[in-house]
Amino acid sequence: MTVEFVNPSGAGRHAADAGVVDGIGGLRPADPAPPDVTAELPGGPVPGSPPPVDVTAQWPGGSVPPDRPLVGLESRDVSAWFGTHKVLERVSLRMRPGEVTALIGPSGCGKSTYLRILNRMHEMVRGASLAGEVLLDGQDIYRPDRQPAQVRRRIGMVFQKPNPFPAMSIYDNVASGLKLAGIKVANKDALVETSLRRAGLWNEVRSRLRAPGGALSGGQQQRLCIARSLAVSPDVLLMDEPCSALDPTSTRRVEDTIAELQGQVTIVIVTHNMQQAARVSQSCAFFLATHDTPGHIVEAGQTRGIFEDPQDSRTADYVHGRFG
Amino acid sequence: MDTLAPPDNRPANLEHGGPGTQAPAAPGPAAERRVRIRQVTMEGVCTLVGAALGGIALTWVLYQRILPTSGAVGFWLCGYVTFLCLYALAGVVQWEPRDVANRLVGVLLVSAGLLVIAVVADQIGYTAVRGYPALHHLNFFTDTMALAGPLDPLTSGGMIHALVGSLEQMGIATVFSVPLGVLCALFLVEVGGPLARPVRTIVEAMTALPEIIAGLFIYAFLILSLGVGASGFAAAVALTVMMIPIVTRTAEVILRLVPSGLREASYALGGSQIRTVLNVVLPTARSGLATAVILAMARAVGETSPVLLTAGFTKDLNANPFSGPQTSLPLYIWNYVRYPQPAMVSRAFGAALALMVMVLLLFALARLIGGKAPGELTRRQRRQLRRAREADQLVRSDREAGDRSLALELTGADRGADAQ
Ligand SMILES: Nc1ncnc2c1ncn2[C@@H]1O[C@H](COP(=O)(O)OP(=O)(O)O)[C@@H](O)[C@H]1O
Ligand SMILES: [Mg+2]
Repeated sequence: MTVEFVNPSGAGRHAADAGVVDGIGGLRPADPAPPDVTAELPGGPVPGSPPPVDVTAQWPGGSVPPDRPLVGLESRDVSAWFGTHKVLERVSLRMRPGEVTALIGPSGCGKSTYLRILNRMHEMVRGASLAGEVLLDGQDIYRPDRQPAQVRRRIGMVFQKPNPFPAMSIYDNVASGLKLAGIKVANKDALVETSLRRAGLWNEVRSRLRAPGGALSGGQQQRLCIARSLAVSPDVLLMDEPCSALDPTSTRRVEDTIAELQGQVTIVIVTHNMQQAARVSQSCAFFLATHDTPGHIVEAGQTRGIFEDPQDSRTADYVHGRFG
Repeated sequence: MDTLAPPDNRPANLEHGGPGTQAPAAPGPAAERRVRIRQVTMEGVCTLVGAALGGIALTWVLYQRILPTSGAVGFWLCGYVTFLCLYALAGVVQWEPRDVANRLVGVLLVSAGLLVIAVVADQIGYTAVRGYPALHHLNFFTDTMALAGPLDPLTSGGMIHALVGSLEQMGIATVFSVPLGVLCALFLVEVGGPLARPVRTIVEAMTALPEIIAGLFIYAFLILSLGVGASGFAAAVALTVMMIPIVTRTAEVILRLVPSGLREASYALGGSQIRTVLNVVLPTARSGLATAVILAMARAVGETSPVLLTAGFTKDLNANPFSGPQTSLPLYIWNYVRYPQPAMVSRAFGAALALMVMVLLLFALARLIGGKAPGELTRRQRRQLRRAREADQLVRSDREAGDRSLALELTGADRGADAQ
C-alpha cells in the first residue's frame, strides 16, 4: 500500500509547520461548501454574496466565549498497565492546538489505551493504572483535585462503533451532553442546530429531529456522535477509529467533517487507514509494540514527513503496508 | 453491444430492439411458478391420518376388548405408541430410512407441543366450565359474600371484595418491591465491588425460597412481634418479600443488556455515574424493566401461601388494607373450593377464572411493552413525533419568514468554516 498525495505542493510542509495547512487536505474538494446552503434559505441571499460572518452565531448557546483560544494537549512519559501487563512505555507526544494528530500503528500496540488515557477513560477499566502526566493547556489532568467528569467534558471522545443513545431522539442525543454534564444553555435549539451543522449532519436530519437516533445509517450515527461531542464544546476531540465500522461514502463524510473541524478543535484520531491518516492529519505518531516491549512511539512528526520521508525503517515498512 | 452503458441508455436500446439488450419481463402477468421447498404431499397426509386411525382402532380392539385392561390414560398412551409404530412401518415402506427418522421426530415434537397446549387448554376450559354457573350472574362481580351463606343460590354473593383485595395487595407489593428490586439490580450491575457477590447469592437463594416461608416470616415478624394485625398490608409485605428477588434478577439481566458503549459515551461526555444511570441506562432499559415488573406482578397476584397466614379472611369488602383482614382471590378460591356445596365450588372456580384472566392481561401487557427495542416508538410516541414535527415545521417557517437573521448568521458561520 502506497500513500500518494494528490496535491503534493512543495509548500505543504512549511505551511503545515506554520499551522496553516493546505497541502495535505488536498484530497478533499478545495471548497466543500454544502450544496444545499441555499436550499435551506428559500429566497435567501444570493450565493455569491455571503453575509458578514458573525462569529458569535457559532456559539448561540452562549456557553462558549466566541473567541476562545485553541487548546493543545501534551503527554509526558505516559506509561500504562492492565494489572501487571505493561502496555505503554513512556509515551511523550504533543498534540498541537487546532491540529489533527493521527495515531497509527498495528493492532494491540496501545493506541486505544493511550487515547483513553488522554480523557481519563482508562481508569474506568478495573485493574488499569498509569504513570506520567497529561497536560491540557499546561495543566495536568491527573492532578488529584481534578474531577474526571470535568476533564472529560473538555476532552470529548468518539468511539469506534457509533453509539447514539437509542432511547433518545436525534435532538436529545445532541443535547444529551448538556444534560449529562449538568450544563444549562439559553438557546438549546440553536446549539443543537450548530452542533449538527458542524458535524455535517444538519441537512440530513433537520426534518426529523424527533426521530430516534438509532434510526440513522451507520455513518450518520457516527456524525451524530460527533455532533453530540461537539455540543458540550470540548477543547479536544479524541476519535478511536471512527470510520472502521463505516462504508466508504460515510467514511468520506466523516473525514470531511474532521477537515471542517480542523482549526476549531484539537483532534486526535486513531486510524488503521494510511490514506485517511494522510488525508486528515497534520501530525502523526507511529506506535509499535512487540512481544517483549510495551507500546511506544517509534516516530512522530509532521504527517507529510512520516509518510514521505520516515526516519525509522519500521515506520517506512508500516506506512507502505509491509507489515501490520 | 453496450453492457457497460449506464442504465439510462437502456430504454433507447429496447426501442431499437438492438442485439445484446436484455429481454424485459414478458408483457402480461405470466406469473412465475414458485419453487415449493417443503411440500405437504397427499401420501404424507394419508400416511399420518391412516397411522393415527389404525393405531386407535387397533388399541381399541386389543386394549378394551381382548386384553383385560381399561382406562382412558392407558388407552391414549397405548394408542399413541401404536400410532408411532404404524407410522414408522408405513414410512419404511415408501421413504428412505433417514427420511422416516426425520418425520418420526417431527411427529414426536409436534405432539409434545400439542400436549402442552392441550394441558393448558384443559385447565382453562375446566375452570371455565366449573365456574360458568357463578360467572354468568352479574352479582358475582359486584357482591361480597357478606350476606351469602353456603346454601344460598348463585344469584347472591360474589367476589368483589377478593378482587379489590388482590388489586390492593398487588399494588402495594409492587410499590415496595420495584424500587427495592431495581435499586438492588442497579447496585449489582453499575456499582459492583466485593459486596456484589454475596448480595447476588442471597437474591438467588431468595428466589428459591418456598413462598410459605415468606408468609411465615412476615407472620412472625409483623403480626407476632410488631403486633400489626392480619391485614392486606401484612399480606402485601409478604408478597414484597417474594417479589423482590424476582424483580432484582430479571432487572439485573435487563440492565446487563444495556451496551457498555452507551455508558462509555455518557462518561466521555462528562456525565457522572448517577446521571449516566438516570439519563442513559434506565431509559434504555425501560421497556425491559417494565416487562420484568409486570411478570413479577403476575407471579405475585396468584400466590396463595404468603397471604394465607398474613391476610386473614373476611366475607366483607374491606378496602382499607391497613386494618382488619382482607381477602384476596387466591384466598377466596382456597377457602370456598373446599365447601361441599356446589354453589360455593362454582364461586371458587369463577374466581379462579377471573384470576387467570388477570394474569393473562398482565402477560399480554408485558409482551406489548417488552417486544420493543429501545428507540422503537409506540403508537402514542409516533403521534407525538408527528405533532412535534408539525410544530417544528411551523417554527421553521415562522423563523424563515419573519426573522431570517439567525439563519443568515448561521450560513455565514458555515461559510466561515468552509473557508478555512
Ligand atoms: N481491558 C483490558 N484489559 C486487559 N488488557 C487490555 C485491555 N484493553 C486492552 N488490553 C491490552 O492492551 C494492549 C493494547 O490494546 P489497545 O490499546 O486496545 O491497542 P490498539 O488500540 O492499538 O489496537 C493489548 O495488548 C491489549 O491486549
Ligand atoms: Mg484500538
